[in-house]
Amino acid sequence: MVNPQMVMYEEEFTQIQTVVDRLVREANARVVFIVDKNGQLISASGEVDNIDTTSLASLTAGNIAATGGIAKLLRENEFATQFHEGENANIHIQLVGNRVILVVIFDSKSSLGLVRLRVRKASDELTRIFEALLNKVREPGGDSPFAEITDEDIDNLFND
Amino acid sequence: MSFINYMAREINCKLVYYGPGLCGKTTNLQYIYERTNPEAKGKMISLATETERTLFFDFLPLSLGEIRGFKTRFHLYTVPGQVFYDASRKLILKGVDGIIFVADSQIERLEANQESVENLRTNLAEQGYSLEKIPYVIQYNKRDLPNAVDVAELRSLLNPMGVPDFEANARSGVGVFDTLKATSKLVLQELKKGAP
Repeated sequence: MVNPQMVMYEEEFTQIQTVVDRLVREANARVVFIVDKNGQLISASGEVDNIDTTSLASLTAGNIAATGGIAKLLRENEFATQFHEGENANIHIQLVGNRVILVVIFDSKSSLGLVRLRVRKASDELTRIFEALLNKVREPGGDSPFAEITDEDIDNLFND
Repeated sequence: MSFINYMAREINCKLVYYGPGLCGKTTNLQYIYERTNPEAKGKMISLATETERTLFFDFLPLSLGEIRGFKTRFHLYTVPGQVFYDASRKLILKGVDGIIFVADSQIERLEANQESVENLRTNLAEQGYSLEKIPYVIQYNKRDLPNAVDVAELRSLLNPMGVPDFEANARSGVGVFDTLKATSKLVLQELKKGAP
């Protein structure tokens, strides 16, 4: 396949979650989440209980994909940052390491300037973590939950 | 491309419903949404025009259950079928794990089906995938209509590789879950094959 499979291990997840939790605090954000470019939610922090994060993840990824398509048409590499301003909520979307998307939702308790500043710092950290993670995934001999499953396990999933 | 999360003990896969305009891709998702237990599904999102034609995609997250302690989640997407939305179709195919081609059985849509399969082949190739290698299932939809072509003819035109195929009437639900199950199964078997 074109890209290595996305895998998340406990060690890297903890590191990512630490960055995301801190970003919520330092940017005075309501919610921060990280999505992979295919729309899978990786991590979230803040007031996530009131938000449908699965839908948000899919739509954000669609948004980044569409913007990436526009960039390509304009012979730009990528539009790495997007900002949408609403009446009560604002959303800042940042592509990190061309692989994952960092989304910050904030209100009048914060400001675009603060969010941008904190996002920049978090992006650098996240880039390093995801690079290390991808290298780990590429290493041969990694275990997979699929190595041991049988055809019967798969069939059982579909028994009504 | 699937996403294995050891922390949350989850496996996420992406399935895409492809096919010509008005073949019933969105109808498939709507039926699945209506007939799935609330705890096994998320919200269905449709990015559609005012006339309810798919503009970008429909999205439906589903949980299928657990395999060896891992929750299996499938994200179902449809592409916009209309010819001029090709740029959007390419985007939605990114990272796909399995494809369901929904064919319109009506005689006047024969050519549109063939064009759509060719378009699928081209768009997959652009991303380094091939129809021969990816989990792929065909659904002959609208079997209930009087102008439906014989399945044998559809099969010879659209399924030369002999992949699993199903007759369906997505509006009443006939064949919808059979198609989904067959595709999900192929995707999981493929993941198993790819495991070290």
